[in-house]
Amino acid sequence: MTTTLVGETRQASRPADQRRRRRRIPVGKTLAWTYLALFLIVTIFPFYWILRTALSNNYTLIRHPSSFLPVNFTVGPFERVLGLASRTQAIAEGGSGASINLALSLRNSVIYATALTVLVVFCSLLAAYAFARLQWRGRNVIFSIFLGALMIPGIMTLLPNFVLIHDLGLTNTFAGLVLPGALFSAFNIFFLRQFMLGFSNDIEDAALIDGAGSLGLLFRITVPMTAGPLTTLSLLTFINAWNDYFWPLMIASDPGVRPLTVALGVFQQASPETQPDFAGLMAAALVAAFPMLVLFMIFGRRIVNSIGFTGIR
Amino acid sequence: MGIRACLNVYDVTSGKNLDAKTVSGASIVVIASGRTATQLRRTSARRSPSHRGDWRLAVILILPATAGFCVFAAYPTIRGIYLSFTNFRILSPPTWAGLANYRRLFADDVFWHSLRVTVYFVALTVGVGLAVSLVSAVILHRLTQSTVIRGLVLLPFLISGVVAALVWQWMLDPGLGIINVVVKAVIGHNILFLGSQGWVIPSLSFIAIWKSMGYNAILIFAGLQTIPSEIYEAGRLDGAGEIRMFTRLTLPLLRPIMAMVIILTIISSFQVFDLVAVTTKGGPANASNVLPLYIYDTGFAEFNFGYALTMSMALFVLLLAITFFQMRLLRANDSDTT
Repeated sequence: MTTTLVGETRQASRPADQRRRRRRIPVGKTLAWTYLALFLIVTIFPFYWILRTALSNNYTLIRHPSSFLPVNFTVGPFERVLGLASRTQAIAEGGSGASINLALSLRNSVIYATALTVLVVFCSLLAAYAFARLQWRGRNVIFSIFLGALMIPGIMTLLPNFVLIHDLGLTNTFAGLVLPGALFSAFNIFFLRQFMLGFSNDIEDAALIDGAGSLGLLFRITVPMTAGPLTTLSLLTFINAWNDYFWPLMIASDPGVRPLTVALGVFQQASPETQPDFAGLMAAALVAAFPMLVLFMIFGRRIVNSIGFTGIR
Repeated sequence: MGIRACLNVYDVTSGKNLDAKTVSGASIVVIASGRTATQLRRTSARRSPSHRGDWRLAVILILPATAGFCVFAAYPTIRGIYLSFTNFRILSPPTWAGLANYRRLFADDVFWHSLRVTVYFVALTVGVGLAVSLVSAVILHRLTQSTVIRGLVLLPFLISGVVAALVWQWMLDPGLGIINVVVKAVIGHNILFLGSQGWVIPSLSFIAIWKSMGYNAILIFAGLQTIPSEIYEAGRLDGAGEIRMFTRLTLPLLRPIMAMVIILTIISSFQVFDLVAVTTKGGPANASNVLPLYIYDTGFAEFNFGYALTMSMALFVLLLAITFFQMRLLRANDSDTT
């Protein structure tokens, strides 16, 4: 008898206990979700604001600065920054009338980022293979020296590299823009080598028995097995090159070579102080950011996971 | 243990130091490679027979990278050090100036002001930014594993500093910017976020935080995922509350990764350029004249490359000192994780 009673009281007390706990957790949870929502709004709102402004008429924008929707919806700003609108059209919509052709800079950015990515990832792949899979004297010494390059901050090499490119007569050329970063990246080599070290020797030995040479091993065995990290690395290199500003600013001021970031800066400075062409500027900003956003839509999971890899390990 | 340390490093640093502008990866990299060296030697002894001709191929394969290293990393560094002792205006050959540039450095008020401004910017960006990232990472980790949300958080990391600078300059515009519209509605007058001496550095620092907080949160998130859930179960059994578990379990276990994120942020913040160059160009009245901007102006507006390089050297030494200091901290922290 008593035992059942005890049992009953226990059962009776348990739901109350759970109810109390359930009530306490939601408070924390709601707070946490509120924080996360705020964090996301702060993160994403500027992107919306770029779009909203870029689709507005610059004249009427002034009268409705807080309107959440585009003011006098128009794609004029995009036409104006891509060089598709005439001067009078541009001025009629509140543009500065300064000639700007982002289409050309878009092309330049694509050339710069693609060339740099292809070259540096390829060169790093070769070096990483030599460091990870081949046996030779001095390997670890040279690898350590290479890693030492990570200690040199960009600001230290930027100016001397500018002087060097200037001496070679390569300012305002794609070669000059790409060259300093095209051959060597300590981080890329480290990243790929680290991955290749994990391969088992058995596959290579089997291929060697089948008569493959060391070079055949690299391209037929190692490259396919490294496809994932190679993609990640290419993406990150491409994004970095696309967004780079300091180096192109020094080396590529000519409209035929300068990438989007530099062109954006020039466009902003050409905008009149009294009444800047905010709609045009935001359209230009979106043109510069859009390819990265598309890349992210396609490869988002890979990029996120490349940063969060540690978790899976 | 050695291997895991390596993997942590390569994943975590993946985004940032591709362009070798961040030193931080290096500190950890060096430690990690030192540890794996013994393992390498072991494998090499076993495999040598089938690898007799390897050195010839190896020389060919590392040739491009070695050329790049020598010409665009080692040579410019050495040349930079040399040129910092010269009077060099790019169009005529450098002439030896001895310590003149360094003497000017110590007497240059603009330099010291610039350094103070930069340190203020770095302190704000690192202090506030990391607090926000840490809290966000912990909350994100607790609430959701959604890749979509983590992707959204990462968006500002994908755009150029120039784009970030432009959009925030527009939103902070004293007349028409949405933020000032709101500020005016609340406190009755607008604030010159980028146009007043008191506000300009906090505002720039805010933009820098906005751009990096998601990335840092994802890094810390990755660190949180490495903490086994059994530890928390054990903590719960011992009757620890949420806050106690955060301070006694989460924080100590996160220390290595936090140390890394801190140094990454410190070093990239010290080299801030695009944000400032686009928004304020150092103004108003030098209030945001950060060191990289001053170096750039000295080189490209005054054409005084010798002195610009002297200041780069000063920044280089400063960053090296910070890295070594941080390395010590990291080593000390190693014991905590295992």
